[in-house]
Amino acid sequence: MPVEPLVKISNLSFAYDNRPVLTGINMEIHRGKVVAIMGSSGCGKTTTLRLLGGQLKPTSGYVSVGGQVVHELGDDALYALRRRMGMLFQFGALFTDMSVYDNVAFQMREHTDLPDQLIHDLVLMKLNAVGLRGVHHLMPSELSGGMARRVALARAIALDPMLIMYDEPFAGLDPISLSIVGQLIRTLNDALGACSIVVTHDVQESLKIVDYVYFVSEGKIVAEGTAEEIRNSKAPYVHQFVWGEADGPVPFQYPARPYGDAILREVPRVH
Amino acid sequence: MFTKIIASIRGLGRRVTDRIWRLGFASRFFLAIFLHSGTSLRRFGLTIREIYFTGVLSLIIILVSGMFVGMVLGLQGYDTLQRYGSSEALGILVALSLVRELGPVVAALLFASRAGSAITAEIGLMKATEQLSAMEMMAVNPIARVVAPRFWAGVLSMPLLAALFSAMGVFGGYLVGVKLIGVDEGSFWSQMQASVDFREDILNGVIKSFVFGVIISWIAVFEGYDAEPTAEGVSGATTRTVVTSSLAILAADFILTAFMFRGA
Repeated sequence: MPVEPLVKISNLSFAYDNRPVLTGINMEIHRGKVVAIMGSSGCGKTTTLRLLGGQLKPTSGYVSVGGQVVHELGDDALYALRRRMGMLFQFGALFTDMSVYDNVAFQMREHTDLPDQLIHDLVLMKLNAVGLRGVHHLMPSELSGGMARRVALARAIALDPMLIMYDEPFAGLDPISLSIVGQLIRTLNDALGACSIVVTHDVQESLKIVDYVYFVSEGKIVAEGTAEEIRNSKAPYVHQFVWGEADGPVPFQYPARPYGDAILREVPRVH
Repeated sequence: MFTKIIASIRGLGRRVTDRIWRLGFASRFFLAIFLHSGTSLRRFGLTIREIYFTGVLSLIIILVSGMFVGMVLGLQGYDTLQRYGSSEALGILVALSLVRELGPVVAALLFASRAGSAITAEIGLMKATEQLSAMEMMAVNPIARVVAPRFWAGVLSMPLLAALFSAMGVFGGYLVGVKLIGVDEGSFWSQMQASVDFREDILNGVIKSFVFGVIISWIAVFEGYDAEPTAEGVSGATTRTVVTSSLAILAADFILTAFMFRGA
């Protein structure tokens, strides 16, 4: 009997007003897997995460998490589902008026009746998992970018979620922090038996840790496969993306009138 | 020419409908604050914390301004009253001016500049740095956890600040009128006590400041929540809070005064 996927995206389309962002997306993600959604900026990756978290409603199709169709849930059911999800935002989104300790303890205090002593132990365990037990007393403004990202990761796993979403977890990190965050994504996912979705355009780092990759371009899935298949792919878009080529299916030049015409005939009006 | 006229009419229409749409959104937001106020009342510590930031930290500006406004009232009032030989009525003039009008209105204007702008900037920055989205994704409603405590803190702080403003103003008037100019101390206090009515003057002043508190807090939290999540957007929202609150306070003051004091 086939195992039901934890996350199922079926024929998903989404548009902002009349501008289509995603068209006919299909994905199936199982427990224990780390999946990357890759693509150039503005291709709809973050929108996919927002649809998964129920912050946006699809134009057509659906997203189901744990067997529940997200956009059909009422407020209470949606919030109950979100308690079983964790999300790491691009720059951490730590609460700047709270210490590191209070940030990690936030969900425990909001959603559980655990005694302070137990919350204390759990917070230190989560911080220990990301290697930052020693900074629990600091404020977010006192952390480096990489440390803030790791604290945000500790906060995202505070309630042992079944699904962890990462929005550009590698953006702006130095090579050491990059490697640490990458390893944490993999080890925490395996330790929690969760399912992780990593939205990124950092190809080399993410291919080291993921089980499966979806490539999105102009709102459609243009390629998918295991890390190995993606590395060896001959598809022009994937090849250009993986090997960082300046020109290819994604052109270097933004579409414009012929160069000669623009230089010789167009005189910009100066206001 | 004709096309330009059509375009400008269309632009005007768009601006009007945008404003109406925004007012509707602000009204729904106001309703949402009430619906999600349970957390800020149940966990009153959240509201107390915000009262500290909005109310307690506004004390200095309110007290100092109140003192100076009272001192100026003392000088100006004495100058006018002594022309008619009724300088003993200075206490009444200072007290009534403060508890009926200047206390609630000037304190509200200062509160909008000091605390309203801070609330808008804080919520706007939380939005720009995705803290509100993060809270939503953690199954915590930002209106209940962030907006409502700030709203109620503003509503509760405003009448207290206005009362302190008036008290300091009366003290300032006393210093100038009695200690500096030499108005009889007994007349100053006894006439004030005899003429200031609790229901007509003080209670109406408290009602005014409560209404101003609702207006400022509503505008401040709404502008912050609705701010465009950029540096420019937050800066614009903060400016709008101060400008809109100030105009709304003055307009509401006129309406409330028309209902409360009809020369009866």
